[in-house]
Amino acid sequence: MSIDFKQFYQVFFEESYEGLDIMEQGLLEISKVGITDSELINTIFRAAHSIKGGSATLGFSEMVSFTHVLETLLDEVREGNRELTAEAIDLLLQSCDALREMVRSLEQEQPIDTTTSQPLLVAFEELLTDHVAPTDGETTADVGALSNQANALEETFFGSDGAMLSTDRDAEINTETDSDIATDSAAACGRWLIDFKPQPQILLTGNEPLRIFRELETLGDLTVIADVTGVPEFDQLTVDECFISWRLLLASEADHDTIQEVFDWVLDECQLEIRRVNDVEAAAVQAPQPSQSAVTDVAEVIAAEEEPTEQLVGEVALAQVTAPVAASSAKDKTGSPSAPTKTPATPVKAEPTKGDAVAMTGGGSGPSIRVGIDKVDNLINLVGELVITQSMLSELGNNFDMEKLERLANGLEQLKQNTRELQESVMRIRMLPISFTFNRFPRMIRDLSIKTGKQVDLILSGEQTELDKTVMEQIGDPLVHLVRNAVDHGLELPDERLAAGKPETGSIRLNAEHKGGNIVIEITDDGRGLDPEKILNKAREKGIVAADQELSDAEIYELIFEPGFSTAAEVSDLSGRGVGMDVVRRNIKSLGGRIEIESHLGQGSTFRVHLPLTLAILDGQLVRVGREVFVIPLVAIVESLQIKTDLVNRVSGNMVLYRLRDDNVPIIPVYREFNIQADNTELENALLVVVEGDGCKIGLLVDDLLAQQQVVIKSLESNYKRVDGISGATILGDGSVALILDIPGLIKNAARPRKRVHSSRAA
Amino acid sequence: MNAVIEVPEVGSHNSKELSLEGIDFITDGDQYLTFRLCNEHYGVDILSVTEIRGWEVPTLIPNSPNYVKGVINLRGVIVPILDLRIRFQIGQPDYTPTTVVIVLAVKNDRMNCTMGFVVDAVSDVLNAEACDIKPAPNFGGLVEAHYIQGLVNVGKNVVTLLHVDQLLTLEEEGSAHE
Repeated sequence: MSIDFKQFYQVFFEESYEGLDIMEQGLLEISKVGITDSELINTIFRAAHSIKGGSATLGFSEMVSFTHVLETLLDEVREGNRELTAEAIDLLLQSCDALREMVRSLEQEQPIDTTTSQPLLVAFEELLTDHVAPTDGETTADVGALSNQANALEETFFGSDGAMLSTDRDAEINTETDSDIATDSAAACGRWLIDFKPQPQILLTGNEPLRIFRELETLGDLTVIADVTGVPEFDQLTVDECFISWRLLLASEADHDTIQEVFDWVLDECQLEIRRVNDVEAAAVQAPQPSQSAVTDVAEVIAAEEEPTEQLVGEVALAQVTAPVAASSAKDKTGSPSAPTKTPATPVKAEPTKGDAVAMTGGGSGPSIRVGIDKVDNLINLVGELVITQSMLSELGNNFDMEKLERLANGLEQLKQNTRELQESVMRIRMLPISFTFNRFPRMIRDLSIKTGKQVDLILSGEQTELDKTVMEQIGDPLVHLVRNAVDHGLELPDERLAAGKPETGSIRLNAEHKGGNIVIEITDDGRGLDPEKILNKAREKGIVAADQELSDAEIYELIFEPGFSTAAEVSDLSGRGVGMDVVRRNIKSLGGRIEIESHLGQGSTFRVHLPLTLAILDGQLVRVGREVFVIPLVAIVESLQIKTDLVNRVSGNMVLYRLRDDNVPIIPVYREFNIQADNTELENALLVVVEGDGCKIGLLVDDLLAQQQVVIKSLESNYKRVDGISGATILGDGSVALILDIPGLIKNAARPRKRVHSSRAA
Repeated sequence: MNAVIEVPEVGSHNSKELSLEGIDFITDGDQYLTFRLCNEHYGVDILSVTEIRGWEVPTLIPNSPNYVKGVINLRGVIVPILDLRIRFQIGQPDYTPTTVVIVLAVKNDRMNCTMGFVVDAVSDVLNAEACDIKPAPNFGGLVEAHYIQGLVNVGKNVVTLLHVDQLLTLEEEGSAHE
């Protein structure tokens, strides 16, 4: 039997990354507050240990030797024999990076680059040998021996091998063909040779030779030799007949009767001979016999038959060693609920239907997502309800008459609810807490503060806010950039801060929260803030802004997103090259989000990133203009009203404003914006949908308000191109296409002529 | 429902010189679907034709060029409909029961795009070997030269073969249009 270990690679990689994250977080925690809780160091140790175990099982020897040293150090700390110094924490953090690099190379099937890990290893060795543990001197010797890679391998394999060995043995006892179970018994023991030749039909009477042998084993050391010469050709084999006879060698003090008692039930169905033998005879019995080859043949045949189960057991055994999550995934694969899994230390997570293990053997596999088991359970419940509703409806439809109309309506209502809930649940599967992205920041801030000499306090909040996985993956890098900028450009050096009357330690606050259908991520620093003067001068210098052009503060802030713009006096290795902010904005825009800046000179700035929660579905209000139907995202709508002409004001030429309480809302006739025919072009009693976006309100003039419904967003760009004022398309219930209005885009369009008027007047 | 349109027999009666015997998979040459814009004959690579539909009024795209008639729902995919007659300024863009939409799709490394094109009528399938395709004379036609793959003589008529990739490329077209 052989297991293709490749199928576990992906799981191992994922786990390793996870483990490394855990280690990193733990280490940062320790460096901040010290070892307050022994559980913390245990957690780190466990993470390191499972990475070592996993890599040993899969034969990644470089990783094994590296993690082993790591583990040795951690173990000493855990035992209380060593203080975790800042130096050691640094080393450990660096080794996390090195390990991550290793895993990445393995994942890409490239050779492991040891240039980073080698110096670290040396440093570790030094650390370990330098500080001889105060309590016992054997630590150094220990290290010497243990840093030996072979040892490490052996040690880590022990767990898995042990597990597998026992299962193998079980399987082989099952087949009764094992010829060399350990036989060394105490010399003083009596030896019994038992020839047991059952009649073929012995199995039919419910007697299982295996049970007898087990019974015998309780009496003493048992060696079983099967004689399979009686086994006919495969095609003549009858499954329920027994053709094998056995010669058993029992080293036991038991007397003849006790042994015979074991065979009591089968005495009349077999030929049995029990006699005492001496050591020489016993040895002769154990010596290879002519039938030996046949024995192995059968063993092979049976092994082949047993393969699936053995492999299953093997998988479980392996999973037990590698980690809890692997165990649960193995459980999923085999589908056997009784697969013995150790209680996972981490929260139970189910591997989703990512394709079975076989599909993964190719090495590369698609991206996967981990979903909490509660979400999956919820989904299953909903599907159950859906099935019930469906059966109810089909029951109704079988012999329908008008009396059942109400029940039908109820049923349809229920179906609608089920569908909606199901849809929400499915969408939720793609949602992950944003802590996945946030968690990388503590480490980054630590490194940055060392590099820049600035003292930084990072405050995270709203980490549990959930976000679509695709959005999350793409927002990671822009956020990193923004945080890096906040440290590098935003925060001042400690003495500068003290001079400005601020606390020495600067703070960076990361916050995520849901707002309507959006998630808002804020990066706030209490640094020097953006200097509009400086930015404007720089922009003029670079020719981005004309010399005589006047801009508002908000417009000036926008300039930092221009390509090639950087206010940093010097280019540091952190930032200042002027690439970046424009990429940040582009990335955010491509996700359908936007970024806004709020800044106070000398007090700090806030970058606010607005992102849609999901990219697939939105709640929409259908509106009609002429013959066309448009969808307005419900989250953008403030209110819909009928125009009262006395509240309409015309200002600055052709701009029409509607007085909405205290606000003056510009009226944008959709028909004019889109150059289409509308039923109604008069303002009198017309319908106005007031929408909000980018902090502005506008009123859209429409002909009619239709239904509200959820729409699935379809891309217009995939086959066409971006259309101004349109964010996408959707398919309505009747199969026709409706376009979704891009509210921020429309607002911008509406603002443009106004700005032109403004700037030309200023000029 | 969009029934497949009966193909008007336009090209088959004058197929003396070159084989226009309909679908013939044995010939070496490439096959082209020919269609009519007013009285002119055009052809596109038949492998990029995904379907031929009857005309239905699409959903208008605001502020689009006049030849973009709108978008339709093609089995859950939003597909824009372009009127080739307006785009090439050939004939009258009127929509009759025989007006058809040829849906073309290109799927390669560079582009993955599906679009529908309104034409007057679909004519035939043309087998043309590479040697039959003659370069188009470069003088001021209404169809820009980069759309034209070549000309094929079919009896008394000339069929203009169009580059499907170019037809489906909007960006450059859009800027050229402005």
